Amino acid sequence: MNDLIKKVTQLLDDKTINVFIGYGQGTASRIRTIFVKNSSQVENLVYTSDCTANLAGYLLKHEVKKIGKLGILANDSALRSMMQLASEFQIKDGEVYVLHAAKDGSFTEFADFQSIEAYLVTIDTGITSDEQERIAKLEAMTVKERWIFWNKEFEKCIKCYACRAACPMCYCHRCTTDVNQPQWIPVASHEQGNLDYHLMRAMHLAGRCVNCGECANACPMDIPLNLLTYQLIAPIRTTFDATAGMKADAVYALSTFKPDDKENFII
Amino acid sequence: MQEFEPKIVAFVCNWCTYAGADLTGTSRIKYSANVKIIRFPCTGRIDFMILMKAFENGADGIIVSGCHPNDCHYSTGNFHARRRWIVLRNLLNFAGIETDRIQFSWVSAAEGFKWADVVNNTVAAIKEIGPYENYRKIAVSTLFNEEGASNE
Repeated sequence: MNDLIKKVTQLLDDKTINVFIGYGQGTASRIRTIFVKNSSQVENLVYTSDCTANLAGYLLKHEVKKIGKLGILANDSALRSMMQLASEFQIKDGEVYVLHAAKDGSFTEFADFQSIEAYLVTIDTGITSDEQERIAKLEAMTVKERWIFWNKEFEKCIKCYACRAACPMCYCHRCTTDVNQPQWIPVASHEQGNLDYHLMRAMHLAGRCVNCGECANACPMDIPLNLLTYQLIAPIRTTFDATAGMKADAVYALSTFKPDDKENFII
Repeated sequence: MQEFEPKIVAFVCNWCTYAGADLTGTSRIKYSANVKIIRFPCTGRIDFMILMKAFENGADGIIVSGCHPNDCHYSTGNFHARRRWIVLRNLLNFAGIETDRIQFSWVSAAEGFKWADVVNNTVAAIKEIGPYENYRKIAVSTLFNEEGASNE
C-alpha cells in the first residue's frame, strides 16, 4: 500500500501522469473509483481485497481523457480489457501508465503492451468454476425451460443500463439502444425490449467480452447477464480459435473469417 | 379447425437468392405462399436485430439466404455473415429462442428449384412446430395489435 502511494505521488509530481485511476473509500463500507489528480489526494487511495472492479472502462470516458495523461491501477481483467481496447484501436501503447495490482497485493509496473501480453499468458483467464457450473446447468435445460428462465430474469430488468455503463467494452458514442430511427430496442422496460436489449448487448460483446463480470456486479436487479456473454467464450474459442483481450494486435473474431469456417446448419 | 398457416419471413441477398427466387417464379415452379421475401444488398447486411424484429412482428419462422461461399458479389460478405450466424445461433439457443425456426441457406441465382425446396421444407417444418406463441406473448406489437391479442 505504501509502495502504491509512493509510486503514484512520484508519478503525479514529475508529471508523468495527470490523473491516476484507483480505488478509494466510498460511502459506508463500499469501495469506489477515485481519480487522483495531485499528490495531496494520494492518501485517499486504498487497496483491499474488496478492490476487484475493472477500472479500464474509465480510460475511454471523455471526462477522464480530457484531464490529460492517465495512469491506472489495473487488475487482471483490466489488463485484458486494455488489450482488447488496444486491438480495437481505442488505446495506444504508451498512452496509459499501467500499474498492475496482483492478487497477492503487490504492484508492478507494465512498461508496454508486450509485457502485459507476456503476463496474461501466464495466468488463468477463464471463468470461475461456479460460473461454468451455472452455464452447464442452463445448457442442460430444454429450450423452453431456458426461455422461461431468461424471461423471469429479464422481467426484473429496469433498463437502467448500468451493465452498459460498467462494461469497458461498451464505448460506442451512440449505442443501438439509443437509436430511435428505427427504434431497435423498445424503450419501456417491457419483456420484449428487455430481451432485445440483452441479446443485443450479448451479441455486440460476443468475442470481445473479457469475463470481468462488471455487468452482473453493476446490475441492481441481480440478473446473471454475464452468463450470456460468458457462454459464447467457449464456442468462439473452439470454432474460431480466438480469445478476447490477450493480444493488443489481435483481429476481432467476428470481423474476419476463414473460407473454411465450419458450420452444420446452413443448407 | 383451420389449418395453421405459418408466417415466414425470408431475408435474402440481392445478387443470389433474390435472383434465384425470381427464377423460381419465371420457371413457373409452384411453392408455398407463406413466405414474405425481403431483399437485402448482401447477407452481410442482415443484422441479427432484424431477425428479432421479424419474430416480434409475428413471424413464426425465418429464412436467411444468400450467395454460396466464394460467390459473394462483394467477395466476403457471406463469409462474415456465416461467422456471425454461428455465434448468433449459439446465443439464441442459450437465451431460449427456438433456433429451429430460423433456416439458413445458400441459394444461388441458378437454383430456382432449391429455393422452392427451401421454402416448402421450412413451411412444413414450422407447421409441425406450430405458431411461435412464446415469443408473441412478450412482443410489444401484441399490446397494440388486435389480431395478435386475439391470438392469445
